[in-house]
Amino acid sequence: MTAQALSHTETPTEPRRQAARPSDQENAPLLEIRGLRKRFDLSGDFLEQLRFKGGRLVRHQEFVHAINGVDLSIRRGEALCVVGESGCGKSTVARTVMGLLSPSAGEIHYDGTRIDDLSPKALLPYRKRMQMIFQNPYASLNPRMTIQQTLEEPIRLHHPDWDRERVTAKVREVMASVGIDPEWGARFGHEFSGGQRQRIAIARALAVDPEFIVADEPISALDVSIQAQVLNLLMDAQQERHLTYLFITHDLAVVEHFGTRVAVMYLGTVCEVAPTRTLFATPRHPYTQALLSAIPRLEDDRPQPIRLTGEVPTPVNLPSGCVFHGRCPHAEARCRREVPRLVAQADGSQVACHGVEEGRL
Amino acid sequence: MSTPSSSPAATPAGGRWQRLRDSYLWYSFKRDRGAQLCLATLLALVGMALLAPWLAPTDPYDLAQIDILASELPPFWIDGSDPAYTLGTDAQGRDLWSIILYGTRVSLLIGFGAVLLQALLGVVFGLLAGYLGGRVDALLMRLADIQLSFSTLMVAIVVGAVVKATLGGGFYSDYAILMLILIIGLAEWPQYARTVRASVLAEKRKEYVDAAKVMGLKSRRIMFRHVLPNTLSPIFVISTVQIANAIISEAALSFLGLGMPETHPSLGSLIKAGFDYLQSGAWWITLIPGAFLVVLVLSINLLGDWLRDVMNPRLYKG
Repeated sequence: MTAQALSHTETPTEPRRQAARPSDQENAPLLEIRGLRKRFDLSGDFLEQLRFKGGRLVRHQEFVHAINGVDLSIRRGEALCVVGESGCGKSTVARTVMGLLSPSAGEIHYDGTRIDDLSPKALLPYRKRMQMIFQNPYASLNPRMTIQQTLEEPIRLHHPDWDRERVTAKVREVMASVGIDPEWGARFGHEFSGGQRQRIAIARALAVDPEFIVADEPISALDVSIQAQVLNLLMDAQQERHLTYLFITHDLAVVEHFGTRVAVMYLGTVCEVAPTRTLFATPRHPYTQALLSAIPRLEDDRPQPIRLTGEVPTPVNLPSGCVFHGRCPHAEARCRREVPRLVAQADGSQVACHGVEEGRL
Repeated sequence: MSTPSSSPAATPAGGRWQRLRDSYLWYSFKRDRGAQLCLATLLALVGMALLAPWLAPTDPYDLAQIDILASELPPFWIDGSDPAYTLGTDAQGRDLWSIILYGTRVSLLIGFGAVLLQALLGVVFGLLAGYLGGRVDALLMRLADIQLSFSTLMVAIVVGAVVKATLGGGFYSDYAILMLILIIGLAEWPQYARTVRASVLAEKRKEYVDAAKVMGLKSRRIMFRHVLPNTLSPIFVISTVQIANAIISEAALSFLGLGMPETHPSLGSLIKAGFDYLQSGAWWITLIPGAFLVVLVLSINLLGDWLRDVMNPRLYKG
């Protein structure tokens, strides 16, 4: 199953928003995920795992395979969007990258250093460089802390030598930069609307001047009229602060607007990684094709959307071979047997599909 | 909540007070006559206990002020009473009103002290078990189960017997308050630990805890600065019930002769002291301290019930 570990080939694609960046570090990835796996134990503690089977006591364990060998690399200045349906493991990838979960196998490298096995103390300098924005703005602010306290905390932690005025000035600056009146610092989170709370959460992430931000569905809990505002705020912050994003979403319209590259995930594996324009113009993987054809559009002249049969298999018992083979209209014997690897294509995309590799799709 | 205006921010202290005034707690308190009555009664009793040295006409601990010839005098509304002793006297000739004031003091001291100890142990253990999980959780919760399988009474009897046997009865009497605080405090910490653990388990899944982790904060700071303040409401509610329980436990232990000595009585030991004279007509020595105990515990319990109703959002009535 670990055959695809070496397939993170770097394909030089035209970076849209990288033009202003210095070119010396252009090709070194900022974040690299290699062969990442994460499984969650379903079977409880040791005593609960014991079962009687055929008159004998056996140990029975069950796992949810949330991520099954993910390889991704994120270059400086880009916004990599990860899309996929619910339960495909996109949030687990984000949480593993941030160290909230420890990987079952695989490695995460940040700017050339392996970070997934570092101690909390050794990780601290990286905490300052990478930050996270969460999905639910109603749960991501501590209800017992004022906005001022919430924003001061990361600054004090990472700049213990700063004096009071400097910390306060930084809080005011960061609040102003996300469009929150600095005078509101004495208020509590519950006094704000969802959009304002998400701005405050973004301010908290920006307070330590990070270079890399993981955003886990940051706008999906917001009102549609607010989504665009927050998205624009994130894009402005990217330009002003030269940020790199790992952006988790299930909204394809957001991807088209926001992402420089897209990774499509299905059942814990990456099936296609491509520059946004390439992906939307010529999706290669059968799953990506089905996903994109499901976007509702106004014009009536295009063919019928591809209807996949069946359901997403349970991540407890993974299908053999390609995880998509049970629902793929082009599946053959090899797809049931062998796990496909991400293979670089001529147009700059990477596709994990035997059909594409063999040239029959 | 209305959208925040750009008016100058209030000072934190003023903000807190204003928040209390705006809260559902205050709103509910303002229209609940029962809660107001209970709080008033409780505050009156606590005030009386605190001011005992100034309120009491005599000092019951001072042997020189005790007149054995004035023993078993009835309260003022019964013939044969002495106007100097409003509520009568006990078998040793101590003024009942004075000794009830001092006894309430002892009972409250033990109640609050024991609950403070319980809360300290229970909150720390519950927080560690809930937040760290895994083996720490299993170990601490099994410890709590074992602790709960001994009743408070049994722990008190064993500890009391051991201390009396090894260090002597005099030592036990001298440090009775401390001993009772320790016994009741140690016997009941699992109540807190379980409550705190349950709310920590709910809180630690929320994203603000993840945000604090991503920030790089140490576990200790996340536990005490982020998780603990958000588990305070159940701690607050359980505390009221536990104070009443601790006072009752102390009274029960004293009644069985395992608690406060008669020279330094609590409400429980007063009830016990008077119990021998109940049949001989001097009922007031038992019943008046008993009434004080009932009123004290009832007001705390009713206040706790009210608090639980208010702080449990599922019971909101409009």
